[in-house]
Parts: sequence; C-alpha cells; structure tokens
Amino acid sequence: MSKVDNQYSAKDEVASVFIKRTFLQRTFITLKKAPFTAWLGMTIIVFYLFVALFAPLIAPYGEAEIFKTPYAPWDEVHIFGTDRLGRDILSRLIYGARNTMGIAILTTLLAFLIGGGLGLLSAILRGWVDQLLARFVDVLMAIPSLIFALMLLSIFGSTALNLIIIIAVLDSTRVFRLSRAVGMNVAVMEYVEAAKLRGEKIGWIMGREILPNILPPLVAEFGLRFCYVFLMIASLSFLGVGIQPPTADWGSMVRETGELIQYAQYDITAALTPILPAAAIGILTIGVNFVVDWFLYLTSGLKDEQK
Amino acid sequence: MSKNRENSILLEMKNISIEGYSDEVWHPIIKGVDLQIHRGEILGLIGESGAGKSTLGLAAMGFVRAGCRFTGGSVLFGDQDLTKMNEIEKRELWGTKFSYVAQSAAAAFNPAHRLINQTIEASISHGISKTETLEQEAITLYEEMQLPNPTEIGDRFPHQVSGGQLQRTMTAMAMSSKPDLIIFDEPTTALDVTTQVNVLATIRNIVKEHNTAAIYITHDLAVVAQMADRIQVLRYGNTIEESETNKMLKTPKEDYTKSLWAVRSIKKKENKNKEKILTINNIDASYGSGPKVLQNVSIEVPKGGTVAIVGESGSGKSTTARVVTGLLPPDKGEIIFQGQKLTPNLSDRSKEDLRKIQMVYQSPDTSMNPKHTVRDIIGRPLEFYHNMKGKEYTNRVIDLLKMIELDETFIDRLPSELSGGQKQRICIARALAAEPDLIICDEVTSALDQIVQEGILKLLLRLQKELSITYIFITHDIATVKAISDEVVVMHNGLVVEQGMKSEIFSPPHPDYTKLLLSSVPEMDPNWLTKILSSKK
Repeated sequence: MSKVDNQYSAKDEVASVFIKRTFLQRTFITLKKAPFTAWLGMTIIVFYLFVALFAPLIAPYGEAEIFKTPYAPWDEVHIFGTDRLGRDILSRLIYGARNTMGIAILTTLLAFLIGGGLGLLSAILRGWVDQLLARFVDVLMAIPSLIFALMLLSIFGSTALNLIIIIAVLDSTRVFRLSRAVGMNVAVMEYVEAAKLRGEKIGWIMGREILPNILPPLVAEFGLRFCYVFLMIASLSFLGVGIQPPTADWGSMVRETGELIQYAQYDITAALTPILPAAAIGILTIGVNFVVDWFLYLTSGLKDEQK
Repeated sequence: MSKNRENSILLEMKNISIEGYSDEVWHPIIKGVDLQIHRGEILGLIGESGAGKSTLGLAAMGFVRAGCRFTGGSVLFGDQDLTKMNEIEKRELWGTKFSYVAQSAAAAFNPAHRLINQTIEASISHGISKTETLEQEAITLYEEMQLPNPTEIGDRFPHQVSGGQLQRTMTAMAMSSKPDLIIFDEPTTALDVTTQVNVLATIRNIVKEHNTAAIYITHDLAVVAQMADRIQVLRYGNTIEESETNKMLKTPKEDYTKSLWAVRSIKKKENKNKEKILTINNIDASYGSGPKVLQNVSIEVPKGGTVAIVGESGSGKSTTARVVTGLLPPDKGEIIFQGQKLTPNLSDRSKEDLRKIQMVYQSPDTSMNPKHTVRDIIGRPLEFYHNMKGKEYTNRVIDLLKMIELDETFIDRLPSELSGGQKQRICIARALAAEPDLIICDEVTSALDQIVQEGILKLLLRLQKELSITYIFITHDIATVKAISDEVVVMHNGLVVEQGMKSEIFSPPHPDYTKLLLSSVPEMDPNWLTKILSSKK
C-alpha cells in the first residue's frame, strides 16, 4: 500500500493479505512458539507411535512367546521379568502399545464418523430428524457407559471388532452433541443458505460448507475422546472383557501382574511390574492432553494474553 | 482561526504513528498524523474502511486495541502525554475526561443490567458524585436526549428499548461523567434513516449545550456535514486534507476528497420496459405460525431493468426476496418467472430455475465460506451448473475476476484477505458465474463505505448494460435508489405503499410514509439538519 494516488480502484482497497507461506512454513512457525508442555506431549505421542509402528523390530521377544520361568525377576535376559505364563513383560509392553492404541484410534475414528455425521445432519435438517436423533442420544447417554459396554460385550462376545463397534457407538453420543451444537451455529450462516439456493446436495453442505468451519473444536475433541476411549478399553481389559489373550494389552497386563504388588517387601522391582503398563497408560493420556490444551489455546482466539 | 481558539486546544496529537501486529509482522496503521481538537468543537473524521479512523479516534484517548502499539508521536492532553502514561494513570482519565460511544449500542450494553445503572456506572466507579445525584442527572440527560418517559426509561433493560433509543442512552452514558471529549464511532450507521435524523439532532444539541468537544467518526459524508465544525479526511493512515466544514464542502483541495464528494452523483436514466421477467401476485407470507410479514404484496419486474424495493428494517423487503428465491414458501399467491409459474418451495425447483435467479447478500463476511478460496467460491457455480473443469474452469474464474475489476492475483486468497468492497465484488462474481437472468441484491452496499459503494454500483450498472441482467435491489438508502433504479417499490409494515417509475415516486404528491422517508435522507448541505428540524416543528 505504499502508493497513495488519489484515484479509487477496487484492487487497491486495504485488506490484510497474509504472506504466502507453505503449510510446512506455517507449521514450523507455530511449532517454534509451542510451550514446553506441548513439546513434552508431542514427544510422548511420537515416541508411542514409533514404538507401536516398529514393535516387531524393537521388541526383544515375540508377543506370545513363552519362556521356562514364570514370574522371572528383572535381569539382563528379561529386562522387566516375565509374567505368570513366562512371557517377556517388555515385549508385551511394546506390542501392547500397538494393540491398545490401534484399537483406540479405530474406535475414536468410528465414533467421529457416526457422531459427527449424524450431528451435522441434525444441525442442517432440524425438525423431526433432529428431535429423533437427539432424544435417542439422550437415552444412550443416560446409561453409564462402562456398565452398558460391559453388558453389550457379554451379550455379543468380546471380539476386537465388537469392542470397537460398541465403544464407538457409545462414545459417538458425545461427538454428536458437540458437532450438532457447533454445526448449528454454522448452518444458519448465509453461505450455507447460498449453497442451498444453488441447489447443493446435503453431502456437499455437510462436508464442504460446514465441516471445515467446525474442525478446530472437533480436532480438540478427537484428542480428548481418544484418551477416554483408550482408558475405557484399558478398564474393560482389566475387567476381562476387553482385548483377549494372548494379544498383549496394557489393561489386562495390569490385571495379570497385579498380584505381584504384594511381594514389594521382598523385591521392589517385582512390585513395580504392574505399575509399568499402568504408567504407560497414564503417560500417554497426559501427553495427549498437553497437546490438546495447546491446540485449544491456539484456536480459541485468546492469543492476546500471551504478550 | 481566531487567536482565542488557538489557546483553547483541548487535545493535540503530534505525528502519531501506530502499528498493528498480524501474521508475525508489525505493519503501520497510522503513519504520522497530526490532530488538534479545541474545546466545544466537533471534529469529523472521515475516510474509507481501513483508513485508520477508529484507530485514530481511540488513540485520542491514549488507547490502542489489543495487538496494536504506539510507535511514535505524542498525544498531549493539557501537559500530559497520554502515550507515556501507564494503564492505571490512563484509567483515571477514561470515563471521566474521555468517553466513547460505539457503533453498535446493542452490543455495547450489558443485557443483564438496567439502563440507568449502566448509564452512571463509570461515574460511580470514579467517585464523581453520589449515586442519587448521578441518577437525577441521568434523568435530566434522558430528557435532553428526548427519550420517552425520561423518569422511567432508565429502569428498562436494553432489549426493551429500540435501537435508536439505545444509541441515545449510550450518548447519555457518555455524557454522565461530564467529559471533556467524547469519541463517537459511527453512532448512527446501524440505524434506519428515519431514526437517524432524531439521533443526530439530539447528539448535536447535547454536545453543543454542554460545550463538550467531540470526535465524530463516520464514512457518511452527509452525516458529517451536519455534525462537524471541522473535517479531517484520512486515507491509508495519512491525513489527506483538513479544514472547516463549509470550506471543505465547497472547495475541496485534494483529488481524493473531490472523489469522495462526487459519490452521490451517479445518475441512471430510467428505462421503461413493458416485458415482465418476474411477476409477484398477491403474496401473503409469515414465519411459522407468527403474524403475517407480507400482506397481499404484488410486484412487477421489467426485463433488463432494476426494481428497487425501499423501506426500513422490518418492512418486509428481505422477506419478499426469500419468497422469490423459495427459501420461504408463501401462504398465498403466486410467482411467475419468464412466463412460467415458479414452484413455491426451493427443494422442488429444477437446477435450471435455481441457476436463473441468483442472490447477493448484504454482508459478504457471512455469505462467503471463510475456508474457501476465491477460486472455489466463484468456481463452484461453474462446476455445478456448467460442468466446467480444469483449464476452462480456471480461465473462466479469471475472466469473471476481470469482469469485476480484479485480477488473477486474487484467485488464491481467502475471504479474510479481502477488503469489504472486494468481498462484495467476489459475491457478485459468484452470482454472475451462474449466468443468471435475475439477480436479487439484498442491501449489497449498505455495509460499505461510500466510495466503495459507488464502485460497486457502477460495476452493477455496467454489468447490466453488458449482460442485460435484471436486478431486484433491496435497500433502505434513497441515494442508492436514485443512482441505480428504473422502478421503485416502497414498502412499510409488510405492505406495498407505492410502486412506479423512479421519476413518479420521487416527485410529489407523495403518500405520507414516502414523504417521511424521503425527507429523512441526509443531504450534503450542512444546514440540512437544522432546516429539517425547524420544518417539523
């Protein structure tokens, strides 16, 4: 805007044009300003993902490989000892990352697909569709989800697929509520009306007009939901209806090695064994929450307070 | 300028510079502006949006918005420099020596508190006087502001009074602490013309009577001509020109100022066309089971012409548009478009029918998806209606951009990277992309500055000539109607008051309502307001 001529021209109107940067550059700038906690959270997540992806390469032994000595103490051969069947704890911890996280991610994605889709549909169509869906969700939410999940799993059987579907359906109620609420704010905007006037189908309006504008709260919710799903799977596994042996999983590992805690007075490392999978669960939950907090702060528009 | 006035300088800004922070860079907003204000004087600040009017107005109080900073110059109030004071010191002055009247009174009031408590709140917190005294004074102010029932109106909540009354209450709030300087930031922009006249008159009287100085920020030249003693024109953060109102209006020096003054001079010769493209017959409409918003409305739109629908907010202008587009099926009546009856409901219309009628909205901020680029916004109708793809698609988008006087550098921008006028142009291009026969323009220029308005109106006129499109132009602004219409429909309370050629409507005899509406439009003559008020008495 350096030239100040005195003729009006539409091109010269004052507008704040952002410097053209690639996505990578923008990400880099944002990352540079990230607080310590966010970095910690990201490091934790990346570490977990790495372990999960390369589990067969990192793990010293197989997931279900059985050795001679059950309850072996911590030593050079079995760094964290073995469980009551003689399986290597460290290897199972590493494979556990893969199983627990994999199922949790799939479940969360499915929950978002169901909840987000129906939520947006409700927000756009309103009327009886909205009433029907919203009341049904109210009914589902009124039942404590852990107990409901326990019941459904014992009816349909504890396969990984059932686990994913049941938890996803139960969790999609929260996603439905959120996407319906934020979607409604966007659905009344004039650009949505303009799309309707153009004759656009509902799929376009949902996916192209509304979804991009409600993405930040949904992404934040995704992080949190992932934590809850993850904890729920761990709880269900601890209770024995979650991921079934011999598949390694942190929740059932806590249950299987739990009795070792009473030997704390003889061997402190033995007592620490059940703590390890529990800590694996706890640390990941904290890590994800750190990142979600930072993301919410970035997108909430309250940036001025940082200066 | 007399010597006496030289001594009475209340506030002086010297070479003030302000920068704003966005996208990792500090960039200048105000680039070294001088401003003086004398006791009892009203200074008008005008300029297009982005000129820095509001920033400068706030800077007069030593205030900068979040994300902005002073980078040079001084704001002298007496012997104090406001730019060098800390927040606590400045807070002592804010609300006592300075006060501020915002554009949207509805957004500035707390809906949970009664008006009178909000009126005197600042004065109480600064301990200016006792609550009882302040309440008494507030009632006197309400009286001076000509609010109905001044003794009782203070007990109401903001939603219980009209927009004009709220704006007056806000002025009373600003006056409550008897400040030396009030900053009015576009106080009447959101009001209807008929309401605006009264608010302007009361603001002017009260400021003069209390001998308070004021900075009046607006983009409406006719308004500033009524209010200000002196006018300062801003552009791109610089002062373009500054002089007494009369002198400025008669003999503007700079080209830019002259071009501002010339805005109200677009005139279109009216064309009569017997052939009708759209006929609305005896429409009744209502929202849900509520009262009737439209009653027996019949409008005829000639092919290739422009019909302006005029009226205040709540008169049913926009509802008429909703009925035509099919967003609101009417209770009764029919719409005939190009000789065929249109189905009342949007979802039953064919793609071809939808293509032929396009709509441009009042606020480009909400009518463009903030996540779509210009390419997607203009291109979607091309893809949707005309199945264009690849190179053809991109070329057509660029063609359309050129048609609206922009170029291909805009193609990858997001709406947030465009100015108000550019946004509205993109919305027009989106409508054009469908190659429609009829475009409904719903208050398309009312959110824009005058000089930008002029650009948009000229563009619309040129497009009509080149592409022979028909417009229905919904507006409350009489100057716009004069500039672009062939035929005019005056609406009031859901009824059509009058319909006819422009020349017939604007020449007497008028029905009462048309008369009131026409007389309320501010004119550039600085004595207009005085004349109007004396003629009403």
